[in-house]
Formats: sequence, C-alpha cells, structure tokens
Amino acid sequence: MAASSNLTVDVVSPEKRVWSGEATMVSARTLEGDIGILPDHAPLLGILVEGTVSIKSTDGSSHDFQMSGGFISVSKNRVSVLGEEQAS
Amino acid sequence: MGAQLRVYRRRMRSVKATKKITKAMELISASRIIKAQQRVNSSSPYANEITEAVRAVATFSQVDHPLTTASESPRRAAVLIIAADRGMAGAYSNAAIKEGDTVIAALKARGITADAYLVGRKALNYYKFRNRAIAGSWTGFSDNPQFKNAREVSAALIEAFTTAAERADEFHIIYTEFKSMITQTPVTGQVLPLETSERPEGLLPQYEFEPDATQVLNALLPRYVEARVFNAMLQSAASEHAARRRAMKSATDNADELIKSLTRLANAARQAEITQEISEIVGGADALASASAGSE
Repeated sequence: MAASSNLTVDVVSPEKRVWSGEATMVSARTLEGDIGILPDHAPLLGILVEGTVSIKSTDGSSHDFQMSGGFISVSKNRVSVLGEEQAS
Repeated sequence: MGAQLRVYRRRMRSVKATKKITKAMELISASRIIKAQQRVNSSSPYANEITEAVRAVATFSQVDHPLTTASESPRRAAVLIIAADRGMAGAYSNAAIKEGDTVIAALKARGITADAYLVGRKALNYYKFRNRAIAGSWTGFSDNPQFKNAREVSAALIEAFTTAAERADEFHIIYTEFKSMITQTPVTGQVLPLETSERPEGLLPQYEFEPDATQVLNALLPRYVEARVFNAMLQSAASEHAARRRAMKSATDNADELIKSLTRLANAARQAEITQEISEIVGGADALASASAGSE
C-alpha cells in the first residue's frame, strides 16, 4: 500500500453530511468498548453506543461529536461514522 | 350596462382571482423544489454508506436473517405507497397509486397477499373510497418529510417483518423518482429481502465485526430500511413540488387564455350595445322627423 497514511473520514447523519476530511486518528465507543482507529486499520464494522466520537484531523485540530448511537465502518483507510448527532 | 356584458365582466373577475392563486402556488412550489432537491442530495451520503455496510455484512457473513434471506414461498408482502397530502399536482398522486395497483396485482398473480401501507392523504382517500384494507397510513408530512416520520413508518414495517403474527416476506416501496425538473416517474423498489442485484460484483474487504455479524446486522437493517424510506419520501416530496409547479403553471396559462378570449367577447358585447344604441337613436330621430314633417 502507498504511504498515504491518513484516514478519510466522513461523519454522516440521515439528513446531512456532518463532517468530512482527512484525519490521523478516530476514536469511538462501540458496544464492546472504546476503540481507536489509526491508518491501515483492518476492515471493521461496529455498532456505536451513545458517546463521543473524536477525530484528530491532519491539521492538528480535533473534532468531537456526541452521537446517540450508530455505526462505524472502516475499510481501506476510509472511515464512515453513521449515526445521529445529539444536539449538545 | 347590458346584461351580457355584465356576465362577461363577472367571469373575468373570477378567472383573474383564480389566476392569482395558481400563480402564487406555482411560485411557492418552484422555490420549494430547490430546497427539496438539496435535502435529497444531503441525505444520499448516509443512504449510500448504510447500503454499503449492509452489503458488506450480507456478503461476508453466513448469518441467516429473516430480513436478508428470501423466503422459499413468500406469502405476504408489505407495499408502501407514497403519495401527496394535497391535490393540485396534476397526476402526481394518481400515478403513484396506479403504480401501486400494478405492483399489488403482480404480487397477487404470484400468490402473494399484499398489505398496503400508505403515506399521504390522497392515497388514503383512494383506498378508503374503494373500501380496501389498509395496513397502516400516515398523513401530514408528504411535502416536507422529516427523518422522524421515516422512522415512524419504518418501525411499523419492520414490525410487520419480524414480530407480527402473519409475517411479511417482502417489502416493496413505491415512490416518485425525481429525475429532473420536468421528469418524475413513479418507481417500485424492493427493500427487503435484499435484492441480489445489490450484491457487489467486485471483491469487498474481509470485515471484522464488532461485536459480531448477527448483532451488527440486527442493528443495521432497521437503519437501512429507515434510510431507504426516508430517501423515497424526500424524492417523492421533490417530485410533488415539481408536479404541482407544472400543474399550476398550466393552470395560470389557461387562465391567461381564458381572460384573453373573455376580453374579446366582452369587447364585442360592448360594441354591439353601442351599435344598437346608435341605431335606436337614429331610428328615433327618423321617426320624429317624419312625424313632424307630416304634421306641417
């Protein structure tokens, strides 16, 4: 695989795309506990529970989303977070 | 003023008032199409992602799930028809309902009983008027559906699939696809069981499931149904606005035509009145002149 060791992240809710961009790390809370996803992670499909999804973007900033459940899917350095964002 | 002229004037006034209304509705619909279209577009990333995910699970797990495996001998099907709450949209609602009739007839030919689930007052009235059985109906949001509406509808349909005494084996959804501003066609989509055409041709990555494939699928499928229903509702809403705009535009054009021909008729009536008055005066003057000439 090429050395493009960044994750392409999309956070989408049923009504709109909430956030999308390049990131170095994504962490989320699944049914089995917190997971962190770094580039070149194995393909994964997980159920998210209520909690925070935080994304460390490539420019150093970090974004937190309060989710009320949903899914996370990882494949080939593409991370999609599907779910409803809670109004915080 | 002559009676005929008065009648024409009255009709012109009424047509003009109607034209104002149809023109306003045309403009309102035109502005809402854009918004509805944007909502369709902004909901598609979610729908695409979730379809992808469902596909991945269905392909990479040997899980037998009622929602993914086609029944050997399907007996019941749920058919969701999405129409409008209000009329004044040309054949929009009727086209969707007719498409629904075709689908139900086709299911019947295969020996499957169809349960009708209806969205929109027009579909509901159509079924009520014909005394047909309705499995479920929702009204009041056809022109601006929210995700919670889709969730409500999906919940009933998923229940029909999983817990109801007479379980449904298939789920079809009939909505109006928004192809462009001028073309909207009613289409039928099979939501469940997953159509084989939705299985990928290429190789998908070998997934890890967290916690396991069955649970992921269980959690994923309701969301998938919701996303499909929501997308269908949004497309139908956009189509409804487009259909209404077109219907109202032709109504406005017709009113223009009508006003034009009524103006012509009113002018002719007025002219006829003037001509008659003149000939009466001339005739009267003639009569007076000949009467006074005779007396002298």
